[in-house]
Amino acid sequence: MNLKFNKSSANLWSKLGSRATYGQAMLSIAKERNEILAMSADLGNSSGLAPFIRNYPKQFINVGIAEQNMIGVASGLAKEGFMPYVSSFAPFLSMRASEQIRMELGYMKFNVRVVALGSGLSMSFLGNSHYGLEDVAIMRAIPNITIVSPADCMEIVKVIHASVSHDGPMYIRLTGAVNNPPVYFDDYSFKIGKAIQLKKGTDISIIATGSMVHHSLKAAEILELKGLSCDVINMHTLKPIDVAALKKSFNRKKLVVTVEEHTIIGGLGSAVSDFKAMINDFTPQLSIGLPDKFGKTAEYNHLLKIHKLTGSSIAQTINRKIKKLA
Amino acid sequence: MRNRFSQKRLSQLSLQMRKTMIQMGYDCGTSAHFGGGLSMVESLAVLYDCILKYDVKNKQLADRDRFILSKGHGVLGFYAALYTFGLIGKNQIKSFQQNESEFIAHPIMDLNYGIESSNGSLGHGLSLGIGIALAARLKKKHYRTFVMLGDGECNEGSVWEAVMCAAHFKLNNLVAIVDRNKMQNDGISKDVMEFHSIERSWKSFGWDVISINGHDLKALHDSLKPEKSLTKPRVIIANTIKGRGVSFMEGVPSWHHGKLTEQTYQQAIKELNSESKI
Repeated sequence: MNLKFNKSSANLWSKLGSRATYGQAMLSIAKERNEILAMSADLGNSSGLAPFIRNYPKQFINVGIAEQNMIGVASGLAKEGFMPYVSSFAPFLSMRASEQIRMELGYMKFNVRVVALGSGLSMSFLGNSHYGLEDVAIMRAIPNITIVSPADCMEIVKVIHASVSHDGPMYIRLTGAVNNPPVYFDDYSFKIGKAIQLKKGTDISIIATGSMVHHSLKAAEILELKGLSCDVINMHTLKPIDVAALKKSFNRKKLVVTVEEHTIIGGLGSAVSDFKAMINDFTPQLSIGLPDKFGKTAEYNHLLKIHKLTGSSIAQTINRKIKKLA
Repeated sequence: MRNRFSQKRLSQLSLQMRKTMIQMGYDCGTSAHFGGGLSMVESLAVLYDCILKYDVKNKQLADRDRFILSKGHGVLGFYAALYTFGLIGKNQIKSFQQNESEFIAHPIMDLNYGIESSNGSLGHGLSLGIGIALAARLKKKHYRTFVMLGDGECNEGSVWEAVMCAAHFKLNNLVAIVDRNKMQNDGISKDVMEFHSIERSWKSFGWDVISINGHDLKALHDSLKPEKSLTKPRVIIANTIKGRGVSFMEGVPSWHHGKLTEQTYQQAIKELNSESKI
């Protein structure tokens, strides 16, 4: 199945949402590639894999509600040359099966792609049990795992396509729900590990990942009207982080801002501040993300509002910080 | 290897492996896992001498049978088997638990030495074995996969996720061996976490269960050899004595992980030497 990277696909995938787009992307890579497997722990349909299961039933393995076993079985298959994509909700993979990921993927480097659905707040009324708030922090601490968080649905397809030729285990973090605002409307060049500069500016460097790329672009537009010129970087690969892009963006800025739909502990903000400390860069940093607590449950867009993760709130927070620094 | 069954040969090989283990455990100068390594010697001797398909000259042979040591702390027995059957050499044995060695208290994956996986954390190996066995089925390969677990290891919930899964997929190319030495780190298993019937448990999950004396070479051979009529995974509950072969280690929980002194080392070697004269 050939997918077209154009405006109509961008709109369609956006409407379908992250999970169904993942399913479409899987469908597009599985043809005549028997080594590609989709695995699920009883969340096949919820992973958007129904079309994949219909078309490639022999390439789908359901292990029941047993995420730890799923990582182990996927690793055994990867050891023998298969390329399994395992999907479930973010906490069930990154925490329930965290030690399996550490041993089998981190330590033994088996080529498994862990696809974490509903990362961040998008599981809405399913509540904190299903929210992926801390997954990047946990995965970042494990050696050898490449962590990617696509900015929109088109980038989900890009990541899945790029993952086919990637050597080594991956953690693919899907944020957003349905009707995800697209960042990309046309084909573009995507490379794992290479950040994408979406906007050039001179005052502020905004480094965003996942769903927050769109909201950061909106924030930059608002700040521009106030006379603040912003870089906006799509840091889709969280590990290994693109240090060259960071260094370039920090240059002569008044403020570095990180924006992520993840706890401010251990995610993009921490990765950027780790790097800043390493290179003795003293530009002030503002880390925007989720607070270190389990919050209220609500509809996804409402949660983004109360956590001040919309474009206008992000702009406001940055503006306040800039004023304090002045 | 695939030699024909020979009680005499296998007894000698088992003895040789035990001597290697004591030597390695003493030479390393630190504590080592003796008990759970000694209990599974006969299983390993039968596997590597008569059952497993492998080639010491082509260790990555695509059709080799796969052996996973899920109870990674049984590594002394495993290294002794790899050494006895020519998969590793003297240098590897001598490096046991030396600084920066790859031959430590738990296996580190290296196909050049016939080590299929890194282990140490319990409850991982059976899931990995399922993946390997499923891969054989998907690729229409005929290799078999063997996973060695401990009975203490069966405390882990992840073992039971895997037990359920292997039965669901009817993996008749997968064999689990539970080295049931009835002890674990903190003491006697029935005191730590009693297992009312390990055989019934595996059976109720849908496995073919054979319970044998895990030091009985013939019984091990009969239960490990391929059986074409099998339609489900097989588990061999190998009832063993922890520390088997060294009198002061047999059934003594503290020898799960212990240190040999000059005196205890001499005593162990003397006992094993006298057994070889019988």
